[in-house]
Amino acid sequence: MSRQSLSLLKNLRSIATGSKIQTRSVTYMPRPGDGKPRPVTLIPGDGVGPLVTNAVEQVMEAMHAPVYFEPFEVHGDMKSLPEGLLESIKKNKVCLKGGLKTPVGGGVSSLNVNLRKELDLFASLVNCFNLPGLASRHENVDIVVIRENTEGEYAGLEHEVVPGVVESLKVITKFCSERIAKYAFEYAYLNNRKKVTAVHKANIMKLADGLFLESCQEVAKKYPSIAYNEIIVDNCCMQLVARPEQFDVMVTPNLYGNLVANTAAGIAGGTGVMPGGNVGAEYAVFEQGASAGNVGKDTTEEQKNANPVALLLSSAMMLRHLQFPSFADRLETAVKRVISEGNCRTEDLGGNSTTQEVVDAVIANLD
Amino acid sequence: MARRSVSILNRLLANPPSPFTALSRSITYMPRPGDGAPRTVTLIPGDGIGPLVTGAVEQVMEAMHAPVHFERYEVLGHMRKVPEEVIESVKRNKVCLKGGLATPVGGGVSSLNMQLRKELDIFASLVNCINVPGLVTRHENVDIVVIRENTEGEYSGLEHEVVPGVVESLKVITKFCSERIARYAFEYAYLNNRKKVTAVHKANIMKLADGLFLESCREVAKHYPGITYNEIIVDNCCMQLVAKPEQFDVMVTPNLYGNLVANTAAGIAGGTGVMPGGNVGAEHAIFEQGASAGNVGNDKIVEQKKANPVALLLSSAMMLRHLRFPTFADRLETAVKQVIQEGKYRTKDLGGDCTTQEVVDAVIAAFE
Repeated sequence: MSRQSLSLLKNLRSIATGSKIQTRSVTYMPRPGDGKPRPVTLIPGDGVGPLVTNAVEQVMEAMHAPVYFEPFEVHGDMKSLPEGLLESIKKNKVCLKGGLKTPVGGGVSSLNVNLRKELDLFASLVNCFNLPGLASRHENVDIVVIRENTEGEYAGLEHEVVPGVVESLKVITKFCSERIAKYAFEYAYLNNRKKVTAVHKANIMKLADGLFLESCQEVAKKYPSIAYNEIIVDNCCMQLVARPEQFDVMVTPNLYGNLVANTAAGIAGGTGVMPGGNVGAEYAVFEQGASAGNVGKDTTEEQKNANPVALLLSSAMMLRHLQFPSFADRLETAVKRVISEGNCRTEDLGGNSTTQEVVDAVIANLD
Repeated sequence: MARRSVSILNRLLANPPSPFTALSRSITYMPRPGDGAPRTVTLIPGDGIGPLVTGAVEQVMEAMHAPVHFERYEVLGHMRKVPEEVIESVKRNKVCLKGGLATPVGGGVSSLNMQLRKELDIFASLVNCINVPGLVTRHENVDIVVIRENTEGEYSGLEHEVVPGVVESLKVITKFCSERIARYAFEYAYLNNRKKVTAVHKANIMKLADGLFLESCREVAKHYPGITYNEIIVDNCCMQLVAKPEQFDVMVTPNLYGNLVANTAAGIAGGTGVMPGGNVGAEHAIFEQGASAGNVGNDKIVEQKKANPVALLLSSAMMLRHLRFPTFADRLETAVKQVIQEGKYRTKDLGGDCTTQEVVDAVIAAFE
């Protein structure tokens, strides 16, 4: 009898694993001229940046994607963004970025923040979800963190009142809070998401976070079919690690968003695999979803085993943004297949492959 | 113990998880701020079953809260020409959804379908003929996209009576139109990861006309070395379609052959009631049932309200993609495919007995 069940089990397993991740085929009718190649500004950056952006370039080449890159040298310790970079992004409208290191202290302002402010990229988006085949301590995670990118604690307005006393201004405006709330609800609407959660600390910062909450509540009234709730940020951090399946789309001011995004990325598989991007009314910059504020350790850079998955999935988002859905689907499918097969993983996922090996595996899995 | 596990396992095997649950996970994409603003689409219900199936689309869009609203216009096949305001509306909205317009035989009234395509310069017609999972047909593995030149060829409408009893009908083929349809077909293949483009012709007989068409296709093929190109004579093509349809991928054709090939391919893959399609030009797009076999349904279907809304629903999913609402498009397609696969709600042309409304209700119920 147990022999019978054994063969039935084998049958079931083949059905389960035989369902190899397939590229979805969708019927769509492009406009004439849609196949024209699009230029994209490329910023390799520091640390593991050049390694992972090169991975993207190789995969795009292999797919013959209608995209070509205009690279620019930018390093985190430069005083300001180089000449020509902003013009290039304003012309191309889309940019792909590796990572820019922000030095601690020293009075040099963050180039990442500079870029976002100059281009008014007011929303940062990270999609944190369990990848099939990648085991993590938390299941059923599918959270999109939408973070306000231009103000809040990152306004950069600090001054020394008297020697030994420094004031750092956290600025919250109705304008910015409204537009990030509007973007978050619009995102939820366009992506069939059921719930938006606002993260705040308005019990302490009654006016600042209170203004943020008011804006979210205003916008929520216009989307009656999307559930809206609020959660205090400390409780949120605990709930994220206890029961992450309760969260869907989360909208947050700048600092909380940074922390919540990195936490959510960590529980779902790590910052090495989560895609994301920054968007404004006119421009979009794609980069690794959450980077825990660093551009990789020196050893990772030397041994060339940085994880290219996050930037590859972000570049798939970029292909969708550029209206090349078929290429985006192929790239995502190939990457997911490599992850689910499990024999080609970098150190952060428990394996010991180099970046190049992962890239070769992805290219081999393209169909 | 083993006895219990055998029965549980048997039950599990009998109901394998549906392939469609995996599809409905949202893909990661980052909309631009303002992308959710509702778009206006011109709606032409038309004649025959037209109003019934466009009504179906309107109901489903409503149920999904899709960011689309329709501007409806009355156009009937026997009108002398398409009303000015309709053309204005399509030029303004850029996108139109059409039920069907009957073209009367003879009588000197020109086809309103043709008039729309010429005025808006909608030069490419696209039909995707593909086996729908769950719908059994005599042919398997069919996945053909027929791209048909829409503005010239045998449909130029230039006919004259030379002497009483002798009529000449001009078939016009131009380099300009042949090049652009070839370019569109290869671009489509490139953007959709298709491997082969086949040009359909009868250049052994019409050496200059179809010869010019073929030359243009060959020119364009040189720019796409990654895509295979071949040519097939239209009579052989019709036979191959019904014998071995899996050899075809994308097919590019002049006007008349495209009409016939598209309807044949639609027929072998499940019928004209389920194939999505559309017409596109440089600036405008009109979505309608992929292949309609030149009719708008017989009177009985109109009376009993049993027209198949699936083709127009899938075409409206293509329209949602065209309008950059991929998630809504995916939800609609998934729901429709689930309904077909379950097999309980099928109209007469698919072997069932349901009315249009029952199918619509099933699709709406399948949304999650």
